[in-house]
Amino acid sequence: MPTELQPRAPSTPRIARANDGISLSDVSRAYRDQRGASVQALASVSLHADHGELLAVVGPSGCGKTTLLELICGLQAPDRGVLQCSPAALMPQRDLLLPWLSALDNAALALRIAGLPRAEARARAAELFAELGLEGFEAAHPHELSGGMRQRVAFLRTLLSGKSVLCLDEPFGALDAITRAEMQAWLGRALEREPRAVVLVTHDVEEAIVLADRVAVLSPRPGRLRAEIEVDLPHPRSRTDVTVLALRERALAALGMGDS
Amino acid sequence: MRRRVVNALPALVLVLALLGAWELYADSGATSPSILPAPHTIAQSLWSNAGLLSHNLAVTAEEVVLGLALALALGFALGVLIHLSPPLRRAFYPLTVGSQAVPIAVIAPLLVFLLGFGLLPKLIVIVLICFFPVVVTTVDGLAAVDPDQLKLLRTLDASRLQAFRFAELPAALPAAISGARIAVTVGVIGAYIAESQTATSGAYAGLGHEINADLSSLQTARAYAAAVVLFAFAIACFYTLSLVERRLAPWANQSRGDLR
Repeated sequence: MPTELQPRAPSTPRIARANDGISLSDVSRAYRDQRGASVQALASVSLHADHGELLAVVGPSGCGKTTLLELICGLQAPDRGVLQCSPAALMPQRDLLLPWLSALDNAALALRIAGLPRAEARARAAELFAELGLEGFEAAHPHELSGGMRQRVAFLRTLLSGKSVLCLDEPFGALDAITRAEMQAWLGRALEREPRAVVLVTHDVEEAIVLADRVAVLSPRPGRLRAEIEVDLPHPRSRTDVTVLALRERALAALGMGDS
Repeated sequence: MRRRVVNALPALVLVLALLGAWELYADSGATSPSILPAPHTIAQSLWSNAGLLSHNLAVTAEEVVLGLALALALGFALGVLIHLSPPLRRAFYPLTVGSQAVPIAVIAPLLVFLLGFGLLPKLIVIVLICFFPVVVTTVDGLAAVDPDQLKLLRTLDASRLQAFRFAELPAALPAAISGARIAVTVGVIGAYIAESQTATSGAYAGLGHEINADLSSLQTARAYAAAVVLFAFAIACFYTLSLVERRLAPWANQSRGDLR
């Protein structure tokens, strides 16, 4: 909405640290597109995710999901509203592994940046390789790995950053259906062992319901909160569970795509 | 291996056809052997002057290899400075481009006058010719790093220096080698100009000097033989650098075509 577009000045946004989680209240953010026109990406969005919680964000293309993640990761600041956020690590949509580093060195990247010696960083990443089904691929370079493996290395890199908030931007969007189902199950298990506050952005409503504790449905640009759906079901969840199907219908209806 | 032979066949046939035509023309008596010697005369001269030519090759090779190494080091360093600092970019880039407009054949004798007859003036001429492609490819390589990659490194709290070390530097190194590959062919021309302009005397003053001395004493076949050696050396340098580049950046060849 153009009227909301006073850039940054009137109400100074505050960015404070919350305890191991994130909370946004009434956060708005606009950006300039390539022609210099102002685009409202998010309008008065309020969301929160505590430690050990997985918040899924679904919405059509252009609902400001990427802007949301960049706000949480501190790459952008809100124009208005309050954003409280523990240090967050981003797992981008494309894995963005460094082609010149081995899988192990890519996974250990955050530790190297934090100042650990190479051998120690590699040893700590290697401990988790077996758990992620990556054993034997430590020395492989990204172009030698399958899409699913690359995503797992990218996830490991995010996890090893030691940040208490993980932002996952459509992590499984580029994978085939079978690999995606495997990766979803695997993510559920990984987060049980290493609980964090997780923000999972996805196009896939089913994925959101199966994995998340809460699903936030955003509207098309500017992104506003359409619905927030609590998913209070034990893990692991079956796609064909009646409650899962009912919640999926609710989310689709909120997106304006429901068929019942 | 067999495919390689088949691939090289058309070029081989063309070279043989050209050599054949040259041989026929020279043997027909339409021209004097002291103006255009026949290929078999050149081959004979190559054989009987092998010692002299290899000594001269060693001199020229030393100049080219040292000059190229210097150009690579200087060009890479300048490329990095230009990339990291906008003021330095504005200061150095126009001068770098301008250095290419300097007529080398004109300043070579001036350099000799200034610096004497040793290796130094020749090196300066070769470096002047070679470093420009290295600077340009280095700057391009540094700038070609995916901005999302740099963003990701920022979320992992990488400093500017760490982003440079983990992302930009490894991307630019093979690019600089690529620049050196372009540079080496002109570098050989530079060595020829430097040797013919610096009035060094003696039997072993480099292939460029040898060619000029032979031409003025009507030893045309030996001049051609020296040119063949110079030509073969340039090609060998080019392919050596291709090999080095593939070693340094095995990932880059995954997506690249067969321009080797």
